[in-house]
Amino acid sequence: MTEHTAPMTHSIDFSSLGRTDSSLSLKDEKICLEVKNFNLFYGKKQALRDINMQIPEKRVTAYIGPSGCGKSTLLRCFNRMNDLVDGVHTQGQILLDGHDIFHPSVNVAELRRRVGMVFQKPNPFPKSIYENVAYGLRLQGINARRILDDVVESSLKGAALWEEVKDRLHDNALGLSGGQQQRLVIARAIAIQPEVLLLDEPASALDPISTLKIEELINELKNNFTIVIVTHNMQQAARVSDFTAFMYLGELIEFDDTSRLFTNPSKKKTEDYITGRYG
Amino acid sequence: MNNTWWKSGEPWIWLTASAVTVSIVIVVGLLTLIAARGLGHFWASSVFEGEYHVAGAETTRLVGEIREQVEVPASRLHDMGRKTDEKWVTRYLVKTGNRELVGLDFRWIVATDLQKVHYPKDILTIERYEWGNFYGYLQAVKQDGELVSSGDAAWEELQQRLVHALQIHGQIQKIEKNEMGRINYALDRLRLAERRLEINQDKDPEKLAKIVEQRADYQRQFDTLRKQLTELYQEIKRDSITVKAMDDQEIEIDLAKIVRVYRPNSMTLLDKLQFYFVKLWEFVGDDPREANTEGGIFPAIFGTVLMVFIMSIFVTPFGVIAAVYLHEYAKQGFLTRTIRIAVNNLAGVPSIVYGVFGLGFFVYFVGSNIDLWFYPEALPSPTFGTGGILWASLTLAILTVPVVIVATEEGLSRIPSSIREGSLALGATKAETLWRTVLPMASPAIMTGLILAIARAAGEVAPLMLVGVVKLAPSLVLDMNYPFLHMERKFMHLGFHIYDVGFQSPNVEAARPLVYATAFLLVAVIVILNLSAIWIRNHLREKYKALETT
Repeated sequence: MTEHTAPMTHSIDFSSLGRTDSSLSLKDEKICLEVKNFNLFYGKKQALRDINMQIPEKRVTAYIGPSGCGKSTLLRCFNRMNDLVDGVHTQGQILLDGHDIFHPSVNVAELRRRVGMVFQKPNPFPKSIYENVAYGLRLQGINARRILDDVVESSLKGAALWEEVKDRLHDNALGLSGGQQQRLVIARAIAIQPEVLLLDEPASALDPISTLKIEELINELKNNFTIVIVTHNMQQAARVSDFTAFMYLGELIEFDDTSRLFTNPSKKKTEDYITGRYG
Repeated sequence: MNNTWWKSGEPWIWLTASAVTVSIVIVVGLLTLIAARGLGHFWASSVFEGEYHVAGAETTRLVGEIREQVEVPASRLHDMGRKTDEKWVTRYLVKTGNRELVGLDFRWIVATDLQKVHYPKDILTIERYEWGNFYGYLQAVKQDGELVSSGDAAWEELQQRLVHALQIHGQIQKIEKNEMGRINYALDRLRLAERRLEINQDKDPEKLAKIVEQRADYQRQFDTLRKQLTELYQEIKRDSITVKAMDDQEIEIDLAKIVRVYRPNSMTLLDKLQFYFVKLWEFVGDDPREANTEGGIFPAIFGTVLMVFIMSIFVTPFGVIAAVYLHEYAKQGFLTRTIRIAVNNLAGVPSIVYGVFGLGFFVYFVGSNIDLWFYPEALPSPTFGTGGILWASLTLAILTVPVVIVATEEGLSRIPSSIREGSLALGATKAETLWRTVLPMASPAIMTGLILAIARAAGEVAPLMLVGVVKLAPSLVLDMNYPFLHMERKFMHLGFHIYDVGFQSPNVEAARPLVYATAFLLVAVIVILNLSAIWIRNHLREKYKALETT
């Protein structure tokens, strides 16, 4: 890796990515999720320091940063999945549509219905494809066959999986390939119409073709959902996201419109990371 | 080189293989022994006739079946005061039957005392409802005391009339057991209803009148049936046969008392095979006769299987819920560890202790309270305050619950947390995740626990003796009378039956083959139960199989 001593020209050729958006500005966006003075501790160890961030609605926000910087941890806070880990306690607020999700009166299951999550390793249930997608709906008490049929079809179409599985909806979901399983999991997540979709390195366990399919999918999905994606792959972040947050050692270093962050980062740490000097 | 052979691990392969072989040999040997001794009982064995001569006594004619043949050292004979040159002496166990004539129907004789043994073709074996088997010669067939046929033609005549008699016997059984039984049951319920009114001091004349009316109605039905029964009895007593026993005594046997007649020495192989299957079917399907030494063991099979079912219905939810609580909900700490240790120790408690617990708690405490509150009209005769199938099943459920808990916990811990997280991330509560995803995936493990529970419970006898098993139950737990499933009734059990027939029967020699046959049947029943459970588990495993590979 040759060293760049000249001012930042970017190791990612931005123009080749075919991005035609003009720069977005956070001021013009409607805010969906807001993080205020947020700290998180695993026992004595502090994992997140004083995070302040705003996630815009119906956009794709990417979190990048080296391993262990806290991006997955922060992501899992948005739907309170960290509650499942022993010894975790938090300070500060995360507001969804203005209401603190850590407030004692919040129904966690209801929160998770509004904020969906897709994990790194695909985890379909050992049920049929149909039942996987319908799972969330059945939880809500929707058991009417016709409604389920419709929603399953539209969700699978929305996840770009319908054509491949429409003839075998009642086959076991575990018979699908990795990429198909991940798209199934996405279909399962969007079937319940969440407001926010959290994607925790969704393509890192997949091959390049499937990765490409997932990225195209994300581009479609952002028309209907707010998307927050954690990724190790900077090119992916650059391709897919509208806004990017760079995190390092539990702190938010920089948050900006993607094209600006990658072409003209304002913090040195960000620049170092993007150019590959570390991480 | 020797050293390399040791080091290569070959010795271990040989060791493990031989251990497996020994286990298989033991199991197969056990089953073969039981099967041979038990199933041989149903084969029609030949009846011999010979001259029996003991030094210093008269020569008598001996007729019967040779049941066993043993070699004994000559010193035994010397103790009895007999001299002989041989080192080993053969002794025969002869079943002479005819208990009403000779008192004991089995006898040991020295082989050399028996001379001129031959197998006459026309000798009869008669199986009867009382006094065991009869061996002898057919003299004549009589109807209403009048001679109908004798000599060679008598056999044919006997066959025909026996068919007729057995038919009538079947009808009598039906009336006595089913129809009269039903009326008796209904009359008893009326009596209880009347008593209930008494206790509640309910003097409503309408209700009393209704009871009286119903009682009269049942009484009428009963009288009709009794009339029918009298007619049938008269008809069945019509025929009888005269037979001659080995000591030339001639006795008369009513056809009503005969279950089966056959000429064992003139049966072809095909006849014998047919006979064998008929006897096997009788063993499995009929009720016992003669203090459990003859007839079938159907009530015991039924009782065992039904008890195992009821126990499964109790133990599965109980064990699964306990395991789910321990694994999923309870805070893992000192208390849960103590509970787990306690549960595991429970599996080691001797089963008779459970029997005592069942007796003290279920029968005396819970049962008598139930009687007090719900069945006061039956008192002082206990309904639930005594042993019954309900208490027996519950006692065994407690006995086997540790196994189910351990197996379920094991199954729950195998479920990858990614599945749980996936479900929670969709907005499911913990309970919903458990019910819809985790428990179905743990169902093969739960089935394993159930299989082990069934295997353990089906073989336990000691606790059952205290809480509800009897030697002879007058009726089955499940019958046609409302409420159809009588949980307060005592029942028969195969394991207890083995104990009873083997050690408590008045005629040990007669009973011994039945002990083996019953043991074989018990093993067969358990094998069938286990295979069914295993089949169900494999079916469940198929559904969730792919997950194991991830």
